[in-house]
Amino acid sequence: MAIQSLVSITDYSKEKILQILEKAANFEKNPNQQILNGKVIATLFFEPSTRTRLSFETAVNRLGGRIIGFSDARTTSGTKGETLKDTIIMVSNYADLIVMRNPIEGAARYASEVSSVPVINAGDGANQHPTQTMLDLYSIKKTQGKLEDLKICLVGDLKYGRTVHSLIQAMSHFNPKFSFIAPKELEMPDEYKLFCKEHNIPFEEHTELNEANIADADILYMTRVQKERFTDLFEYEKVKDVYTLRNKLLENTKPNLRILHPLPRVNEIDYDVDNNEKAYYFQQAKNGVYARQAVICDLLGL
Amino acid sequence: MTMEKELKVAALRNGTVIDHIPSEKLFQVISLLELNNVTNQVTFGYNLESKKLGKKAIIKVSDKYLSQDEVNKIAILAPKAKINIIKEYEVAEKMQLQLPDEILGVIKCKNPKCITNNEPMITKFRTIDKTKALFKCHYCERIVEGENVEII
Repeated sequence: MAIQSLVSITDYSKEKILQILEKAANFEKNPNQQILNGKVIATLFFEPSTRTRLSFETAVNRLGGRIIGFSDARTTSGTKGETLKDTIIMVSNYADLIVMRNPIEGAARYASEVSSVPVINAGDGANQHPTQTMLDLYSIKKTQGKLEDLKICLVGDLKYGRTVHSLIQAMSHFNPKFSFIAPKELEMPDEYKLFCKEHNIPFEEHTELNEANIADADILYMTRVQKERFTDLFEYEKVKDVYTLRNKLLENTKPNLRILHPLPRVNEIDYDVDNNEKAYYFQQAKNGVYARQAVICDLLGL
Repeated sequence: MTMEKELKVAALRNGTVIDHIPSEKLFQVISLLELNNVTNQVTFGYNLESKKLGKKAIIKVSDKYLSQDEVNKIAILAPKAKINIIKEYEVAEKMQLQLPDEILGVIKCKNPKCITNNEPMITKFRTIDKTKALFKCHYCERIVEGENVEII
């Protein structure tokens, strides 16, 4: 049997997603267990990340596993010209499971093909970051009590934001409605609009973040509008504040609305929102530990 | 009444004729089939007039019969090409083009950040839509349209 890995959210069926979410809920009830006792997990971070790496390492530590790895590619043989293939084969001789972040797109898929142990993609450039999607799904299910029939507003950088693309793919199993709110320069790529049409998923498109456009939302998924994405900085100055979420905007939203954000947040969510009961982004990040515990144990057959 | 068509490229006794290639794809088809490395006689016509394509190209390869795999590769670049096997100046077989489901080592991924452009390895694409000729990189998951395909 081929080694199971998690590279892309599309590697998971609907049943698998639900099974992992259930496992994650069990870990939330009891996050400290000794089930990874004697296991060595490698965390290979070829580019910096604080949240994702700490979340994975917390997940492993709370389950009694050991960690090897690096968080800076400059300390690896890659700087001597070693190929990714050789690095992965070597590490898979040492560890029981590999968690990898790499700025090169497709690096995780390739690693999963040369590794003799499971590989979890912790982000490969603009491509995929499936455990982020699992924690997003977990947060949606936890706050809404279900995944089916929800209205999800995706706001900000919908062109380059990999988290929103993966979320669309994963939610496609659950009969969602989407609203895409983005400046023209950062609108949802045709590829994903086509995906929605092919899966009979209704979606609206708006260029303004205003009360009317989020009135019927169950989930408001905010992303960062990054300055470096704009060729015309004048355009950036025009849109940057338009996509800032403030408390006032939330007054007439549905009571069950929750605000998610993959973090880091810069100025797209005003600090006055943090104390609003609808703000959920910090709990969302916490849920990442449980989701990752579930994914790791599933891949190790535990 | 007989219709005599002037042959722009010499007739072939035995071999394969690949007709209705879009002109701009000719040299890519040649390199795809590695016809630049054969000892067979190869003749080709370039920028010939075509009612269907405007400008078309044609390749005639003597004493070589393309395999179905080779024919299927042509479909990546020239989905409307017509491929005839010639024996003793007669069309012995018309081969059908069928886009392969999986394409190994033929298409170059256009994403400079793709692992296939950063490691010594073989590219792999999947045909996700045969009628629209859409190919998806197995690694970086980017989609490339048939007309924009670049051959390694």
